[in-house]
Order: sequence, then structure tokens, then C-alpha cells
Amino acid sequence: MKHHIFRPLFVVAVLVVIVLLLRFLVVPQDFGIGERGYMYGWHRRGNEDDWKAFKVKYKTAEYCKDCHTANYEALRQSPHAVIQCENCHGPALDHPSEPARLTIDRSREQCLRCHFPLPYPTSARADIRGVDPALHNPGIECALCHNPHRPDLDGPLKTTGSTL
Amino acid sequence: MITRREFFRFTIKGMAGLAVPLAALELVKPGTLFANRTGAAGVRWIFLVDTYRCVGCGLCVKACKQENEIPYEANVTRTWVERYVLTKDGRLFADTPKGARDGFITDKIELGPGKYQEIKKEEIEKAFFVPKLCNQCENPPCVQVCPVGATYQAPDGVVLVDRTWCIGCGYCIMACPYGVRFFHPVHRVAEKCNFCYHRITKGMRPACVEACPFGARQIGNIRNPADPVAKIIAAERVGVLKDEYGTKPQVYYLGLSKEVK
Repeated sequence: MKHHIFRPLFVVAVLVVIVLLLRFLVVPQDFGIGERGYMYGWHRRGNEDDWKAFKVKYKTAEYCKDCHTANYEALRQSPHAVIQCENCHGPALDHPSEPARLTIDRSREQCLRCHFPLPYPTSARADIRGVDPALHNPGIECALCHNPHRPDLDGPLKTTGSTL
Repeated sequence: MITRREFFRFTIKGMAGLAVPLAALELVKPGTLFANRTGAAGVRWIFLVDTYRCVGCGLCVKACKQENEIPYEANVTRTWVERYVLTKDGRLFADTPKGARDGFITDKIELGPGKYQEIKKEEIEKAFFVPKLCNQCENPPCVQVCPVGATYQAPDGVVLVDRTWCIGCGYCIMACPYGVRFFHPVHRVAEKCNFCYHRITKGMRPACVEACPFGARQIGNIRNPADPVAKIIAAERVGVLKDEYGTKPQVYYLGLSKEVK
């Protein structure tokens, strides 16, 4: 009996079995090469569904228009028609159940994103009318005078009512 | 046993066969082949950026960060907008303050933390904005280097990161030639743009595409010949970033300039 050969061999065999057992337990069953082969597709297939189940937060104007019809229609008629409701009102999430009220961004900086004058050639930014924020009524919200839903109308405007 | 007659016949046939150029066997255009490749129900997501239309408002970045739960104050983002200003004396300036999360509301160019460069309007030769996002490369180098199979290309071409499987080694962040990957400060794993995978697989458009008021960002399916974006890419003069790397990026740019890297 050559114990000095069989004993280490037995130890190695046990180690191999342990490693295989661990791999079977730790690696998910849906791990595989997928459609893109070993180089680009080596992954856990269930992760594709994990990402598909990620929560949608921005619901687009289609989600708003049935309840907030007046504001939606007013915006469609204005030069701001291209702007999504949620760009200023924030993501709808599950409004009106959660959150019950959205936080509106009324800051000057929000308006200046487009209306700070940058007369860059070869950029559409040059075509947008701008104001110098340091000279044009500094310190107050633009929406005090300009209704964001009807910006083409001059002069101070009564708000059309922010709730429904 | 082969006869002399058969030997000559096979030899002549073989030589004639070898003489046919490979191109003669190509009966369809490669573009058509690509469009008709099977798998993933004929979807291959692509993106189109029109730099002429971009005004640098940064509403895309704001929407992206909130849609994809990227900590708003942390200086990391899945997409960002770069401003390029070239002066008449040949100087090039580029900046992206906070990834343009708040847009560009100053005409000063940010050179570094607290350092700004003022450029007079008369000095500007050309200036424009370039939105950046993950290119969802056909040959993604970030995927090749992942040692654990945590990042991969989905059958529809989008490169995803498995947050439960990523060990945070950072190889992919180093490998991406476009610098679109970063560490997620909360999940402590590699993070990247995935064209809002949760939206596009539901028939919606990515949050940045919805947020853009000017149509500078569009998403499409290049396997669908009727797709409006696929048509633009086929017919217009579009460019991609760092073509020479061989990554086959799938974000196409209209009005790309050589200064853009």
C-alpha cells in the first residue's frame, strides 16, 4: 500500500469536490453566456429582469394631461410647448397618491438654463431670447411676472391656479 | 483509387473555385445583414444626438439623475453635456460644470475648481454643446475586462451592470475610452447609462430624451428599417466618438466637430 500517494490524492479529490459544491451553491442557476457569447454575454440572466423592474419616475405629459387639462392645453399653445411638465414640476412618481404634491422648481436658475444669453455661433442657444440676470430684476423669481405656461403674454399675470 | 482523369477534373474545379473572389459570394449588403440578424426579436438600441439643436440647458442631466437614483449632489452622472468654445486665435476651451446638471448659466468657462476663464463674445470663432452618454458599443471593452461577469451586453445591445454581482474592482471604469462609467456612491458598484433600460423595454423613451425640449436626443432601433432614427443614421452624415478604438459605438452624432473627444 502506497499511502504516501493515495492520501494526498484523496485530499485533492476532497478539495475538488468541495470547490465544485461551493460553486454549485454560490453561482446562480441562470448564470451563462447568453446570446452574445462568452466575451460579451457572460452574465446572470435574471439581472436583465432586475433592470426592467426598475421604477419609472418621469411619466411624461401624457400622465398629467387628463387631470391638469387647463394647464396642459395652455402650455401647448405657448412658446414653452416643447418643455415637459416634469422638467419644472419634478418627476411625477405615483402622484397624486405618492407624493400628494410635487415640488415645483421656480428658481431663476431654472429659467436661466435656456434664457441666460450665450450667443454661440453654430448652436441653437443663440436663437433663444435671453436676459442678463444681474440687471433684469435680480433676486426675485421670474414667475412673479412671467407665467411659465404663457410666457408670451406681457406684464404681470394672475396665476391660473396651481392645484388642478 | 483516384484515376488520372478524376484527378485533373477535381484540380481544375478546385482552382476555379479558389479564383472566385469572396466579394462575388456576398449577395447582400452588410448593412442589410446587420439589420436582419436574428435574436432579441430584432431590437438593437441606438442613440442619435443632434448637436445643432442642443442649447446646453442640462434638463436631460437633471432628469437622468432623478430617474436613475444617482445622488443629486454627488459629482457623478450617467449623462452630461460638454461646452466647447473655440476662439479666433485658435485656443480651445471645454467645460462641463457639475456635468451641466444646472445647465450653463454663465459665459465664463470653468477651468478647474473655482477657476474661470472669461471669453469675450467677439473672440469666439465657434461654440457649441455636446451631450455625452454611454455608447452601448457593439464591442464593449468594459465588458471584456470584467473578471466576474457582472457587466454584460444584453441581447438588444445595451450594456448592463449586475449590482448584486459586481465586486467593485473598477477595471471597467478604467477600460471605457469614453469615461462614462463611475462608482455609484450608494451601491458601491460600477454604474453607467443603460438607455433607461426599464423605460425602453416598456415602450417608453429614456428620461433624457423625454426631458430634452429641443429634440437633440433621440433613441431608435437600427434593426427596424422604418425607424425614423435608423433612417437618419442611414441617410445623414453622422459621426461617432473615437471610431479608431474599434469599439463600434452606437451613439451617433449629427454635427460632430474634430475638437470633440
